[in-house]
Formats: sequence, structure tokens, C-alpha cells
Amino acid sequence: MSVLTTPRRTAEQIAQSMASPRSRSTRERLFESVLLAATLLTLLVLAVLLVDVFRDGIGRLDLSFLTSYSSRTPQDTGIRTGLTGTLSLMVLTALFSFPVGIGAAIYLEVFAPDNRFTRFMQVNIANLAGVPSVVYGLLAAAVFVYLLNFGRTLISGAMALSLLILPVIIVAGREAIRAVSPSIFNGALALGATPWQATYKQVLPVAMPGILTGTILALSRAVGEAAPILVAGAVFSRRADNEPWNLFESFGALPIQIFDFVKRPQEGFQIEAASAGIIVMLAVLLIMNATAITLRNKYSKRM
Amino acid sequence: MENPTTTQERQRAGRDVAIDVTQRDPDLGQGEPATDVEAIFTLDSVSVHYGSDTAVRDVSMQVPTNEIVALIGPSGCGKSTLLRSLNRMNDLVPSARVDGDVLYHGVDIYGAEVDPVEVRRRIGMVFQQPNPFPKSIYDNVAFGPRINGFDGDLDNVVEAALRDAAIWDEVKGKLTTSALSLSGGQQQRLCIARAIAVQPDVILMDEPCSALDPIATLRIEELMRDLAKHYTIVVVTHNMQQAARVSDKTAFLTLEVDEGTQDRAGVLVEYDSTEKIFTDAADPRTEAYITGRFG
Repeated sequence: MSVLTTPRRTAEQIAQSMASPRSRSTRERLFESVLLAATLLTLLVLAVLLVDVFRDGIGRLDLSFLTSYSSRTPQDTGIRTGLTGTLSLMVLTALFSFPVGIGAAIYLEVFAPDNRFTRFMQVNIANLAGVPSVVYGLLAAAVFVYLLNFGRTLISGAMALSLLILPVIIVAGREAIRAVSPSIFNGALALGATPWQATYKQVLPVAMPGILTGTILALSRAVGEAAPILVAGAVFSRRADNEPWNLFESFGALPIQIFDFVKRPQEGFQIEAASAGIIVMLAVLLIMNATAITLRNKYSKRM
Repeated sequence: MENPTTTQERQRAGRDVAIDVTQRDPDLGQGEPATDVEAIFTLDSVSVHYGSDTAVRDVSMQVPTNEIVALIGPSGCGKSTLLRSLNRMNDLVPSARVDGDVLYHGVDIYGAEVDPVEVRRRIGMVFQQPNPFPKSIYDNVAFGPRINGFDGDLDNVVEAALRDAAIWDEVKGKLTTSALSLSGGQQQRLCIARAIAVQPDVILMDEPCSALDPIATLRIEELMRDLAKHYTIVVVTHNMQQAARVSDKTAFLTLEVDEGTQDRAGVLVEYDSTEKIFTDAADPRTEAYITGRFG
């Protein structure tokens, strides 16, 4: 006979013993409302910001605002330089940082030997992701603008942004690759694939949605940055388009343009044009994030 | 098997390639006069270590061509480790080290000249958990031939491999659908088809049925008997009935504790024909395990 025996109880006793005590449910409800409040607070700040920006800027936002270069009169000014500059920066930054970042992620996840040097690199890459963006701007200014003598041009700005998001892409890429089951890699090796074939043909396709999502989110962070490109030479007053293939031209960018509007004395610049510029930038970011989500869903649904 | 001619032809082609390994490295091949020509694997004092731990100690055995050899024994006795040392899958564990000789057609597969990728192409492997690639059924089977530079009719190879793995009739209408849509048993047969498609010499199976239900298990076992006509199979199994049902020879491994150092390592207790092991085991430990008194 066991020492532990369950006493026989009537159905009524069991029902009673299983009823939730009032105090516990109250405490849980309280805790739940605290969590809800935290969520709502975040959303509230965002909502206030959006309402304010839209109220000030939506009236100023029209096609001519998008297609005009900057002007001395608030009514005629536009954001065209900033828009073309930002799009050019985005293309170049993606071209520079994606291959390098993915290459580093594959090396660290698949090929790097487990030794002191590898661990040293891993720790430092993780640390780099937390370095303030202006530091990358200063680095780019020192190396690309002056040392390599690229000058205050589009390529220097793109390099500053690439350096900024490389660690983020590497970390996101490593996580995406690590999330792929090792059984896929092993299965490919067991069929006589080389480690590179197993990675390129089996692991990477599975990891790609995660890698792309990480890259696009990193890019959208880069697009909103003002400090690094300001240090690397972005200008306020350019009155011409930027194209990604004209690497050695001076360049503008959306956040720089908005900053320029804000620091002018007239209200038409400070409030209306700046708010309209912010709406444009938010739209660019929203489109990028939507692309990231669409890509992820599309790839993950495919198989 | 519905088209044995092509199967055998492909198989023979595979063998020719395999024999080339021996010729490529004559010193190693001739240095072992005692090697039985019928043996596909000759293990001589093989020990496998992970760092300072010994997983398998001093195993010597021969695996004859076109037979099924079962490795049985209690959990942790190093059966899977021993199996993975036969196609250098242990290389993936950075701390793993193999001592002794693993001779494949007389060639030491751990020799300095030997490319582990070539070893794995000739010695295929089926894992415990079915692990199809998240791609179409067709692409799963075609992957091996493609990476090995096959330039003939891929459709034929895929069909022949799927037929040999006894799954063709179930998938022929949906070759382009995802392999992940198949049931566990079908996925495992697909993985066997995938292994066959590179025309290996040997198929290593690491508890291929442990994740499957009894009916799927039965189908895999029937398939193994069929495959043994053309391939050599080494299978690790926890299921003694399975070893008794499918294998020609059985090796019993157990965990032994060293009296002096207290180190635990897997050792080969007995290796004989399956009938002998299951009816008239020479070692009392084998009999105890088989009759269910331990393990």
C-alpha cells in the first residue's frame, strides 16, 4: 500500500476545490491591465506624434512638393533632392552591405573553427551593433572622405551607412542560418555535398526569408539616420537629382532635408514643410517594412 | 523491383567508381593482405573519442558485401557513434577523434589523402528523424546526382530511385509538391530514395524506424531486405525484433566501465550471424540483453 493515497471525495467537494480563488483572479487581472497599459502608452505616443505631424504636414504635401528642389520660399520648396538621395543611398548601401554581411554570417555560422579568434570576432561584431551611429559617420569621414579622397560624395555616405548596418545584418544573418535545422546540412553532406554546396543549395534558401527581413529592417534604420551621413558629407542645398550610379557627386537625404527645414526661421519651413517631409520619410519606411513582411510571408509559405 | 536491369547497371557503375578508390591509393590497399575481399568494411581496433571521453573502444569487425549488419545495444553504448565513424560524419563534431583503421575496400577512409566528401558519396546515410529538404519530392532525389555532376537523364534516375525505395507509386503524381507534405514513413522512404540516387555502395541507417509507426516500420524493413540485394546496409537499431527480422549479422555493443579509471566506453561484445546471436549467444551479456534482462 502506498504512503500517498488520494482520499475519495464527492463531486461537490471536487468542484469546490477546483474553483479559482477570488484573490488570485483579481491579482491576475490587475497584472494584465498593467501590461495592457504599457502597450497602450507606446501606441499613444506614436498616435500623438502621427496626428501632430499629419495635421501640420498633410496640407503641404502634394506632387510638386515631391518633384521640386529646395527653394528659399516655403511655398516653392520641395524634397526631390532628399528623396533621390535617400533612394540612391539605399540602393548602394544594400549593394555594399548585403554580400559582405551574408558572407561574414555564413563564415561565422558554418565554417569558422571554434577558437579564441572566432569568439573574439563574434563578441566584437555584437558590440559593433551597439556603437552610436555618429561614430560610423566619423569613421567614414576619416577613411572614405579624406584618406581615400572620395570627398563628400554619395559613395562616402553609402559607406557610412553600410558600416553602420553591417553588424546588424551579420547578427540577423547568423540567427537566420542558425535557425535552419542542422539535419538539413547533415542530410546534404551525407549525399556527398561539400560543406559549401550544402550551405549554398540547402541551408541558405531556407534561411533567406530571415536574412532578407533582417537586411531590410536594418536598411530602413539606415534610411532614417541623419548623423552618420551628415558627418560623411550630406548637403542641404543641392538642387539636382542623385542617382546610384553617380557615385562621386554631392548628395542630399530625407533626414538631412527635414533637418534643414526645421532650422530655418519661417514657419512655412519649420512646421509645414518639415512635417510633410516627415510624412514622406515615414511612407518610405512603411513601404520598406511592408516589403520585408511580404517577402518573409511569401518565402515561408512556399514550402 | 520493376526495372531490375537498369538498377543493376547503375549499381555496377557505382561499384566501378568505388573500386577506383582502391586503385587511386595502391599503398594503402596492398598494405592489408589479411583483408577479406568480400568485406566492404574492415574495422581494426577502432576507438572514437569526444575530447577526453571515449565513446567507443577498440572495435574490430568486418562488414560483408550485400549483407545487412545490425548494431544493437543499450542506450549510450556508442552504436550511433560507431556508425557515424564509417562515413566520417563524426568529422562535423570538432572534438571527435577516431583511432585505429576503418578500411573501406581496403582503403583507410581516415587516410590523409582521402576526401571526406568522396567517402560520403559512396557511403550514404539515412538518419533517425526523416530529414527531407524543404523542397519538392523531385528536387530532394535530384539533389545528390546534381551536385555530383550527373549529366544524364535526371528524370530516369529520380524515377528509378523512387521505385527502388518503394515509394514511386505513392508520389508519381505529385513529384513537384513539397516533400514535407508526406507522412513520416513516406519521408523516410524518400530519404532512402535520395540516398540511393547517388548510387552509393553502402547505406548506413541510424535507427531509421524509431520515429515511425509499426506499419511504416514494416514497410521500411521490407525495403531494407530488397535493398540488400544490391547494397550493403549497416543499421543501428534499438528494436531487437527488428534486428532479428532484417539483419544477416548482428553486433552487440555494451557500455563498459574501466575498473581502474572509471571511464565508460562502448565496446563490442559479440559479433556473429544474427541467428547465432539470437539463439545461441556465446557471451552471457549478449544473452542477458537479448532476453530483456537488462538494457
